[in-house]
Amino acid sequence: MRSHIREFDSSTLNESVQNTIMRDLKAVGKKFMHVLYPRKSNTLLRDWDLWGPLILCVTLALMLQRSSVDSEKDGGPQFAEVFVIVWFGAVTITLNSKLLGGNISFFQSLCVLGYCILPLTVAMLVCRLVLLAEQGPINFMVRLFVVIVMFTWSIVASTAFLADSQPPNRKALAIYPVFLFYFVISWMILTFTPQ
Amino acid sequence: MAAVGDLQFEEFGNAAATAAENPGATTISIEGPGESPTHQAGLPRGSGGEEDDELLGNDDSDKTEVFDRIKGSLLPIPGKNFVRLYIRSNPDLYGPFWICATLVFAIAISGNLSNFLIHLGEKTYHYVPEFRKVSIAATIIYAYAWLVPLALWGFLMWRNSKVMNIVSYSFLEIVCVYGYSLFIYIPTAVLWIIPQKAVRWILVMIALGVSGSVLAMTFWPAVREDNRRIALATIVTIVLLHTLLSVGCLAYFFDAPEMDHLPTATAAPNQTVAAAKAR
Repeated sequence: MRSHIREFDSSTLNESVQNTIMRDLKAVGKKFMHVLYPRKSNTLLRDWDLWGPLILCVTLALMLQRSSVDSEKDGGPQFAEVFVIVWFGAVTITLNSKLLGGNISFFQSLCVLGYCILPLTVAMLVCRLVLLAEQGPINFMVRLFVVIVMFTWSIVASTAFLADSQPPNRKALAIYPVFLFYFVISWMILTFTPQ
Repeated sequence: MAAVGDLQFEEFGNAAATAAENPGATTISIEGPGESPTHQAGLPRGSGGEEDDELLGNDDSDKTEVFDRIKGSLLPIPGKNFVRLYIRSNPDLYGPFWICATLVFAIAISGNLSNFLIHLGEKTYHYVPEFRKVSIAATIIYAYAWLVPLALWGFLMWRNSKVMNIVSYSFLEIVCVYGYSLFIYIPTAVLWIIPQKAVRWILVMIALGVSGSVLAMTFWPAVREDNRRIALATIVTIVLLHTLLSVGCLAYFFDAPEMDHLPTATAAPNQTVAAAKAR
């Protein structure tokens, strides 16, 4: 799941497992930093990997799933539903931007979209902590504020990476699905109610 | 609306494109980053083909074209045909796909919000996100937006073999019209949050009026030559299905607002909840 653009790699088969894991973890961590402080840089695009999106998606889905098997009343999304929405949504947006004439590769786009879920995962953590306190309108206001801020952060981060890959007259057409995608995820986070 | 008629040079006339499903638009070429299609002069059809989404179709859509088509679906002008005016043998799938996606989430989210607001004061009410309704909404909307055009296209093809019609539409054009005609339902769904029956029904009327007339004015020229009764029956069926969609969505996703909403009821709250559920 990693790109092959490494100049000084002769062979990674002989190194210890710890080396491999640490290197990958460091790469993931570096990309997290890039998402948290979005600047115009190519690191996210050049060395794409899908570990980060996987970790984020699994964390988000674990936190969002229903706590008990209460199938008689509609509740929140199941683990599989969150997973499908995130990955299917990301693939659809990537296909959309490819077909609109973007010059970004498939996995690069998946990588960016996946990594930019990080602010929303942080929002989910914060919401779960806030929900431990007493429920009420103030509780809701705090969660609403946090989710809105993180949603904006996600959009800004992903736009910073993705916008340059589109011809200028189609930027809005390519950005709108990203907006819808993060909006749906934010909605799932905001409406999460513990049983 | 003036921009549409201005500078679009078309190579093919708007005559019947009976043979090909995609009249002249089946070129598949992925362009490199160097080209930037402009909206102004006639876009080269043969070379500038780009796919949109999963199906074939020439997509020269840029932002202004999509916006123009959306505007056209919101303001049906009598006598002007949506397909002739805006699509012109250049159907795009961006609009229908993303309008349907937005509509699915608009309905599900608005329904959830409206139910929350209606049952807000009741003691026995516990908020649930009702996530399963998203899948149901997606199935309904996408089935409507693709299967009904398929059936309509098949029907029109069949009638074409019997009666020579001057106007006929390709499958993608029909999908395109249906997709764009659903746009009015997005603000309607959001406004359906208002828990007043009268308001909701007025909104249904308005939305049905706008999108129904777009559809009727599009398909009337295609069946006009045919037997009078069949032509009328076709148009009536189209509008009827559209009505069914909107009324069905309203009934299923949005709970009925109660007449007198008593926040901390001295009357048994269980009764109100049971009555609401019984609807």
